[in-house]
Amino acid sequence: MDWGHVLRLIASEELLSIAGLALLLVAAWAGDKASRAISIAAVAALVGAAVIVAPHLCDGASASSVFYGQMRVDAFAAYAKLLIYGSAIAALMVAPVFFERVKEMRAEYPVLVLFAALGMGIMVSATDLMTLYIGLEMNSLAAYVLAAFLRNDERSAEAGLKYFVLGALASGILLFGMSLTYGFAGSTGFEGIRSALSGEISLGMVVAITFVLAGLAFKISAVPFHMWTPDVYEGAPTPVTLFFASAPKVAAMALTMRVTLDAFGTQVHVWQQIVIFASLASIIVGALGAIGQTNIKRLLAYSSINNVGFILIGLAAATPQGAAAMLTYLAIYVAMTVAGFVAVLMLKDENGEPVELIADLAGLSRHRKVLSACIAMTMFSLAGIPPLFGFWGKFVVFQSAVQAGLVPLAAIGIAASVIGAFYYLKVVKVLYFDEPANKVTGKSDWAHQALLALATLFISPLGYLLTKALGALSATAAAALFHAA
Amino acid sequence: MIGIEHYIGVSSILFVLGVLGIFLNRKNVIVILMAIELILLAVNINLVAFSAFLHDLTGQIFAMFVLTVAAGEAAVGLAILVIYFRRRGTIAVDDVNRMKG
Repeated sequence: MDWGHVLRLIASEELLSIAGLALLLVAAWAGDKASRAISIAAVAALVGAAVIVAPHLCDGASASSVFYGQMRVDAFAAYAKLLIYGSAIAALMVAPVFFERVKEMRAEYPVLVLFAALGMGIMVSATDLMTLYIGLEMNSLAAYVLAAFLRNDERSAEAGLKYFVLGALASGILLFGMSLTYGFAGSTGFEGIRSALSGEISLGMVVAITFVLAGLAFKISAVPFHMWTPDVYEGAPTPVTLFFASAPKVAAMALTMRVTLDAFGTQVHVWQQIVIFASLASIIVGALGAIGQTNIKRLLAYSSINNVGFILIGLAAATPQGAAAMLTYLAIYVAMTVAGFVAVLMLKDENGEPVELIADLAGLSRHRKVLSACIAMTMFSLAGIPPLFGFWGKFVVFQSAVQAGLVPLAAIGIAASVIGAFYYLKVVKVLYFDEPANKVTGKSDWAHQALLALATLFISPLGYLLTKALGALSATAAAALFHAA
Repeated sequence: MIGIEHYIGVSSILFVLGVLGIFLNRKNVIVILMAIELILLAVNINLVAFSAFLHDLTGQIFAMFVLTVAAGEAAVGLAILVIYFRRRGTIAVDDVNRMKG
């Protein structure tokens, strides 16, 4: 394969890295007053990258390995990248209004988001442990800085510190597992690992797989490695929280799928029980932990842990249907997360200060009818209540688990989702039936309103019009993942 | 004769020390940064030992990547620590508690 062809295949990564570097220079020279222009340029770069990767998704057969098996350009990577770029665009669109109020809109924000998106793009197309690690760290290093972006806010600095320490620990655990994998399989490429694992598995390899999965569980914030999530989500500036809850989750989940189903795909029984445990524990801890929360960002953090559990049910099935169901769920999850956090961003008091306490939202429906309707729809959708699109994600995941013969897992999952419904409905009750607190009186920005409208439209019952297209795309993407294997 | 198992033994001990250093440390965040460094070095020992054992260069190249990223990680970590210290005036681990879950 000649270099020109290879460079064309990774055109989206090139575009993002060149745009990131160029905008970094612009940021250095023009300073913070150019931050809006840089944001717009960054959004344009992300849209361009999305346009470049979209054809790979539509044409499922065009999978090819580049750089001697270091990366793979296929429909699966394209699907994940489109979700990642979409979330990054959302995180860029909501940021200026939020940061300008506290005079902290700095030109580095869009650049960091671009680099994080680039790293995540590398993560989802990696088919070698080295590429995987570089992509993961590229994303993480940008994310640590983003978490601490409000330099003068104690909570933001603390969130950055916690995210850094636990993220670095997770990388260390993952890396230790990868070094053992290399030693016992004799290769860092997924293909080599797969063929080395085809026979009887050694004890060392079991330890290696466990370490790798533990590191990945940190990154997707699955229980028992979830403890950083609520603190980081609460402390980080809300646009950054929106970003953390959507894009890196998609990237880490796609990475987990590739590692388990491709590299470790011949030893399903070894990792399946770990995934089942993590999935059930995440669903239950996510549901129970959210009940006592008073801060809406913390509540959404537990909700994301809960959702990760549901997505992992599809992974436990270890079938192409399961993988397709996970991808469908991820797309719906991203829309729900964006809707949830944009709604949180729009909750402001008359001075423009963010309102984060759930108690302060009491009776919001009296004077902010549309906003409360959107929040209520997001909550119902997260709870998986039928007319909304969130139900469809849960439905396909459970369906794939039942088809794979994991009926007890699906049954426990459905039972636990009822516990989860309790705290989502509590928010709706506070919004609609409590005495008005009249705290939320601030005006909203058009970018927030447009994004919220778009995201709620997607999760509204109208979303069901997309089930066919979404199902076909995720099936193509999942088939590419299994075709490689 | 020192075999591959001795190298794995040493690196596992270093790794466990690093993880314990993060969790048992009640004093100061700098120690946590050192513990993270220890974990990454344990990984490097593993990679280089396996590389020599398998007669395959990949592990050593991997170790180079790990070293590079470790440097970047330390830089970002110290920078975050500096803004944290500026705001709070302390880097004691027990004081990192503005948010409780």
